[in-house]
Amino acid sequence: MRVGVVTFPGTLDDRDAARAVRAGGSEAVELWHGDADLKNVDAVILPGGFSYGDYLRCGAISRFAPVMTLIIEQANKGMPLLGICNGFQVLCESHLLPGALTRNSDLHFLCKDQVISIENTSTPWTSSFTQSQEILIPLKNGEGSFQCDDATLASLEGEGRIIARYVGENPNGSRNLVAGITNTRGNVVGLMPHPEHAIDTLTGPSADGLGFFTSILNAMVQ
Amino acid sequence: MAKIVVDVMLKPEILDPQGNAVASALPRLGFNFATSVRQGKRFEIEVAGEPTPAQLAEVEKAAEVLLSNPVIENYVVRVEK
Amino acid sequence: MSLDTVAQAAAHPDTAQPFKELGLKPDEYARIKEILGRRPTSSELAMYSVMWSEHCSYKSSKVHLKQFGEKAPKSDALLVGIGENAGVVDVGQGYAITFKIESHNHPSFVEPYQGAATGVGGIVRDILTMGARPIAVMDPLRFGPADAPDTRRVLPGIIAGVGGYGNCLGLPNIGGEVVFDETYIGNPLVNALCVGVMRHSDIKLAKAAGAGNLVVLYGAKTGGDGIGGVSVLASETFGDGGSTKRPSVQVGDPFVEKVLIECSLEIFAEDLVVGIQDLGGAGLSCATSELASGGSGGMKVQLDKVPLRDPSLSPEEILMSESQERMCAIVEPSKIARFLEICKKWDVTVTVIGEVTDGKHLEITWNGELIVDVPPRTVAHDGPVYNRPFAQPEYIDRVNAQTISVPMPQSSAEIKVAILKLVSAPNMADKSWVTAQYDKYVQGNTIQAQPDDSGMVRIDEKTHLGVAIATDANANWSYLNPYQGAKLALAEAARNIATAGARPLAVTNCLNFGSPEDPGVMWQFAESVRGLADGCLEMGLPVTGGNVSFYNQTGDVAILPTPVIGVLGVIDDVRTRTPMSFNKAGLELYLLGTTHSDLAGSEWAFLHGQRGGNSPTADLQNEMNLIEVLLAGRSEKIFTAAHDLSQGGLAMSITEMVLRHMVGATISLKDTAIDLLSETPGRVIVAVESSQAGALIDLCVKYKISLSKLGTTGGDSLVINEITISLQELKTAHTSTFPKLFG
Repeated sequence: MRVGVVTFPGTLDDRDAARAVRAGGSEAVELWHGDADLKNVDAVILPGGFSYGDYLRCGAISRFAPVMTLIIEQANKGMPLLGICNGFQVLCESHLLPGALTRNSDLHFLCKDQVISIENTSTPWTSSFTQSQEILIPLKNGEGSFQCDDATLASLEGEGRIIARYVGENPNGSRNLVAGITNTRGNVVGLMPHPEHAIDTLTGPSADGLGFFTSILNAMVQ
Repeated sequence: MAKIVVDVMLKPEILDPQGNAVASALPRLGFNFATSVRQGKRFEIEVAGEPTPAQLAEVEKAAEVLLSNPVIENYVVRVEK
Repeated sequence: MSLDTVAQAAAHPDTAQPFKELGLKPDEYARIKEILGRRPTSSELAMYSVMWSEHCSYKSSKVHLKQFGEKAPKSDALLVGIGENAGVVDVGQGYAITFKIESHNHPSFVEPYQGAATGVGGIVRDILTMGARPIAVMDPLRFGPADAPDTRRVLPGIIAGVGGYGNCLGLPNIGGEVVFDETYIGNPLVNALCVGVMRHSDIKLAKAAGAGNLVVLYGAKTGGDGIGGVSVLASETFGDGGSTKRPSVQVGDPFVEKVLIECSLEIFAEDLVVGIQDLGGAGLSCATSELASGGSGGMKVQLDKVPLRDPSLSPEEILMSESQERMCAIVEPSKIARFLEICKKWDVTVTVIGEVTDGKHLEITWNGELIVDVPPRTVAHDGPVYNRPFAQPEYIDRVNAQTISVPMPQSSAEIKVAILKLVSAPNMADKSWVTAQYDKYVQGNTIQAQPDDSGMVRIDEKTHLGVAIATDANANWSYLNPYQGAKLALAEAARNIATAGARPLAVTNCLNFGSPEDPGVMWQFAESVRGLADGCLEMGLPVTGGNVSFYNQTGDVAILPTPVIGVLGVIDDVRTRTPMSFNKAGLELYLLGTTHSDLAGSEWAFLHGQRGGNSPTADLQNEMNLIEVLLAGRSEKIFTAAHDLSQGGLAMSITEMVLRHMVGATISLKDTAIDLLSETPGRVIVAVESSQAGALIDLCVKYKISLSKLGTTGGDSLVINEITISLQELKTAHTSTFPKLFG
């Protein structure tokens, strides 16, 4: 199973995402932002970082990359797509996901080990988890506050498209403690915290994050 | 030489923590006039010669697609001497 | 104004030149004329003025720093020593580690965010230019009193700048320090450390070799940033009038540097450079003169080819510009096409600006006219060397004769109050407010970060080879006895590495002092360097490089001498490191080392305004024995946890241990107040399973380390004799301070 990991200029967590993909049992394939070539991958991850230095708005420039044209096309046909942190921001800017990520409400960059609960286990990225399972993974960003209008929030809640929620105190001002969402079809997932940094207890606060990467293997094997 | 200016502001319902931080800082420095502060972005676009209606229409499109995120921001396009 | 060419300079020898405004002394100006056989052109004057400034030339410190070479211990691990951009050590399995610490003090006072940000950017480029991938950063920071208005002004900006730049580069912050002391008001210290990894064959040096090879400038375009920054900012003290130096601050863009890193590493991987130098302090003046000096000495540069952000810059300004994120490479003509291709892939501006020649001079032209014609060594290496007068200042005998008079808590209630006071003091309090602004996870190899004793990163995912780094300084001790203070800081940093089970290997240092024109300050510097050099020789740890920051003073008042020592160590398997603390009950707690009455220079004395007395005397043989115990404790799997004692003594260390995983401890102490508050060096608390107690005792006997049982782990309180403090109360005291102070 081949999972593509995209590198934009300024992407930081691509190698970590690739490591997590391999740890989850799939093959990690490097995808370059400037190449309109998905190399026959079965799924794609947009990793974390500061693509284009967060110029203009986070993810605002990356969304126009040549590789994104193909990714959007394939995502609209059902290809599993996961955006982590900056990747989530790119997905929102591309309108593959609704809403937007804005500046943390206390204006500081925040790196902390965050408990989130998985609230939708029917996506190809979350099927390894059980409903309402709480996991501990790192949250590290300056613009992680999920915002959307009331109508959008109502449909996200009503349709069960909030895939993860912060547990405890709201770390960044996100509406309804939203940590991750999915699209109507359920193949595109955006997640603010970083599961790729919680794949073992040697380097992370837990191994809970591995579930995202084993889920995708199972999803594709089916 | 004229330039086309695009002002981008967060929509009123979106939390603006930077604006709030500025509003809190002003009275600490003895400035007590503000009842609220919102922070936005300003783009100054130079074109050759005087801006034409066609160009302004294009800038509107650019503002919609790139300069602003319509999910959370509003924009205004105008010409400044 | 017409261009001041070499021809002009030769033809008009008596033209007045603003050498004083550029920071040169009359005798230095005379020396330049002697070297050139004529007056310098204004461009040459600009080059000499920045390169001969204190910050770049080390003119006041050279005579003392050479001790690091003269007293260098024999070390098989040293691959590149002092003199290059950063030192390089062999850590086994074909890996080489490069690391260095630098200061960016004065710019951070003027513009906290950018000063700190560009400080990180600069040290990262120094590591990159050695051929390494940067893998981590650390930030020892020092500020005025925590509640001072100017601390409120500089601290948040500095933290945001360190985080903003480092996070965007994708470098985990694996440790640092935050120290408050009135001595730093007006002179905050921002020291930044970077560590990088490479294979032995990747090591790059700053030499321009091979006539006909091309001089290539790549990275950001050049603008007016920091013009004269080094000479104007770092080589003068601040007047009491405040910050008028604003135009000289550099502004950084971490995205450009991130792209520069990836682009450079691809270039290195294809072996496309003969030599390389980053553009830091003194920008192009430094890069061209150093590269030329490193080679045979001949180089031709067409300055008008330098890509500019600001087309109004004059040649002098271009030469002095400190625009960030620029590198200068020497590339063989056969390889330039591929070099340019890689830059294009990463969208990095790249320009061929000159070539290496077989002459002996650095010649720079502007639109065909020769404006610089100098022997490069005279600019880069043979600058003035001062033998500044130094003499023990009068305060030394006076304060050393003082007896400490601090209230020592006696009753249980007093002891409890003292502990809570200590753990909530700004210097001792929990620093999460700071470290939460730093990414510690990026690159996925961080094993230890704050609040652990040292930062540790894995460098091989298969073998789990890792490196550990710690930085330490104790300005209180250095003030009382600079010679001992440096040795003690070295011992502490080495001990911090060994506590986790890594073997110390090499040293870097950032020496922050007042004005070298003050004989008392110069004495503090000389003594500190002597102490560090002697200590390094005794401990077998070579100094691989470092940085000197002078002129940290406001008016006549210098900062306390603050030599920051960084020690790097290696661990063969990060999975077996000794953690800082325990998360189970029933373990036995022991104190390694003996406690004496060492309150002079302690945090307890500091909290009571007592700064006099005598520093402890470093016993490096004992420290080395202790290090062996700590290493064996890990390799022989004796220790469950280990945490060293430093500022705040045993009270602080046991508090940090119990709060780490919220598992309490019950300990008994004899001389409770002294046992808790003394800061005798050479001590570590270890936790062992009872089954390992015998092995621990044998180990300590073998290495002659004294050992005393403290007690056991468990419960939800810290119990000391008959005193009980709940973990919750301890935690509240320890963690409330920073949010209260900084919001």
